[in-house]
Amino acid sequence: MKNNSKFLLGMLLFGVVLGSLPFLIKSEYFFFAAYSVLQFVILATAWNILGGYAGYVNFGSAAFFAIGAYSTVAGFKLQLPQGVNILLGTFIAGLIGLGMGYLTLRLKGVFFSIATLALSVVLLTIVINTPFLGGARGVYVIVPRESPIGVGQYIHWLYFLILGMAILSIIVARYIQHSSLGQGLMAIRDDELAAEGLGVPTLRLKLIATTISGAMMGLAGTTFPYLITYMEPTAAFNLSFAVNSIAMPIVGGLGSWLGPLIGALLLGTIQQVASVTLSSTWNLLIVGGMLVFFVTLAPNGIMGIFKKK
Amino acid sequence: MDISLDLLFNAIVSGVLLGGFYAAMSLGISISFGMLDIVNISHPVMIILGAYLTWWLNEKFGIDPVLAALIMAPFFLLLGIIIYRIYYDRFERDAGGGDSLRGLAFFFGLLFIIEMILILLFGVDYRNVNTSYTDVSLNLGFVSLPYRLLIPCVLSVGLLLLIREFFRRTYFGRAVSAVAQDPLALQLMGVNPVKIKGYAFGLSLMVAGFSGAMLMIIQSVQPAAGREYIGLVFAVCVLGGMGNLMGTLFAAMILGIAETMTSTFAGPSWAPAVSFGLLLLTLAFRPQGIFGK
Repeated sequence: MKNNSKFLLGMLLFGVVLGSLPFLIKSEYFFFAAYSVLQFVILATAWNILGGYAGYVNFGSAAFFAIGAYSTVAGFKLQLPQGVNILLGTFIAGLIGLGMGYLTLRLKGVFFSIATLALSVVLLTIVINTPFLGGARGVYVIVPRESPIGVGQYIHWLYFLILGMAILSIIVARYIQHSSLGQGLMAIRDDELAAEGLGVPTLRLKLIATTISGAMMGLAGTTFPYLITYMEPTAAFNLSFAVNSIAMPIVGGLGSWLGPLIGALLLGTIQQVASVTLSSTWNLLIVGGMLVFFVTLAPNGIMGIFKKK
Repeated sequence: MDISLDLLFNAIVSGVLLGGFYAAMSLGISISFGMLDIVNISHPVMIILGAYLTWWLNEKFGIDPVLAALIMAPFFLLLGIIIYRIYYDRFERDAGGGDSLRGLAFFFGLLFIIEMILILLFGVDYRNVNTSYTDVSLNLGFVSLPYRLLIPCVLSVGLLLLIREFFRRTYFGRAVSAVAQDPLALQLMGVNPVKIKGYAFGLSLMVAGFSGAMLMIIQSVQPAAGREYIGLVFAVCVLGGMGNLMGTLFAAMILGIAETMTSTFAGPSWAPAVSFGLLLLTLAFRPQGIFGK
């Protein structure tokens, strides 16, 4: 693996700079916004593992995110500690990713995509009809005002958590990219039939990728209920999660761990600014517009534009 | 639980009526996805676009939705030809079989752009069109058929049969079937497959516009309503067998009945899961459709 120490140093710097912000900035709103951007970093990175590396489009990011969020809601109601909720949500999302993959990945790629679209609606309907999870009306998740580590307030604690998760996701994504798993996935993307013929265990690799990708999306959702403290189905199953986690890697550049990071930081920040100055409608219009623009005119994303020069 | 026979009968009748309309909604997908191998995720939002144009034509000029469907047809044909041109240039030409990842992302982005433009232009309120037949029913003794459902059903099934004959009997229609099977061979015969596919994709959007007009007769519409139909149209298309128009009609009827039965006996909040659940089950266990081998 090349440039390992350089990468780890970069990640350390990334963590230290972003981690020191709670000591410098007082505004609580800032951390709410920063949390959302980091949450998108995880979702985009997770989507890229299957979409960017293997070329399989997952429209169900919102579903996996919501699995994480709602398993936390269930855990909260059963009075499980936060750490357990985080692990549990990640595990369940990974398991459902595996199940989805097992049922549909043997077909042509687009059938998997259509199935992931369906998954969101089925799960949403189940949540709406389950009173234990708050049903259509929603449910309160009460959080303490103070941070459990003594630094700042609870929002700062959540910010540290999501920052840690984001860094972990990026490290995992980069590790996969350079491992034999990543090489196999890229072989599938370039020519699945040829890869199969050369002895790449395509189905197994795709299943592993779907599981990891789903687990990561679930991970991103596990702390969401603590952030918004009132969980309703439309917040967790928001389609903006789905379109963003596709748009960000494509805008940044597919196939490398850096692309989704760039895309998420850029699009995430633009949307935070736009949601203050314009509206959420404009947000989705910007994301949809950027997605179509990049996919038709700059298919290799921002990274592709810079590589050419 | 006592299931009254009356309730069951009514659920089946309205399921059949709804199913006829679902056939029109899925017909466009059966053409674009089933025959042309273009996974147009944005098809349902095109239906909503058609519904809004219908509403606008009615509001401004008092035009009846059925007439509006005819007026909108050339517009949707042109829109389809333009979209296919971009799609072909960017995703299909170099990749041969189509760069599926970017093509899918393209249509997904298009879905959001159209939906958000509709919200910015018309707001998020529900819009509806009132016609002379909106609240009237056809009484056949023990069963009454609301024209609001009957007219879209009859016209939709009629359109489906018409297009089916069109594909079977005309030169253009046979060329479309041929392009689905072997574009290279078609090219060698001196037919331009790109042009044929462009017109056929335009036809699929014409059907979307028509479905939008019918939707406006059936119920009130808001910009994001298209999302509910994504699962439905793909479920019907896959269940009926890719590109099989009669299969599409039967699958749509099955789905319509399954949905009204669920609404009646389990509650309307479960209805959205029916089409999506059926889609998941079909993909998992019978991807070739119920009529496939």
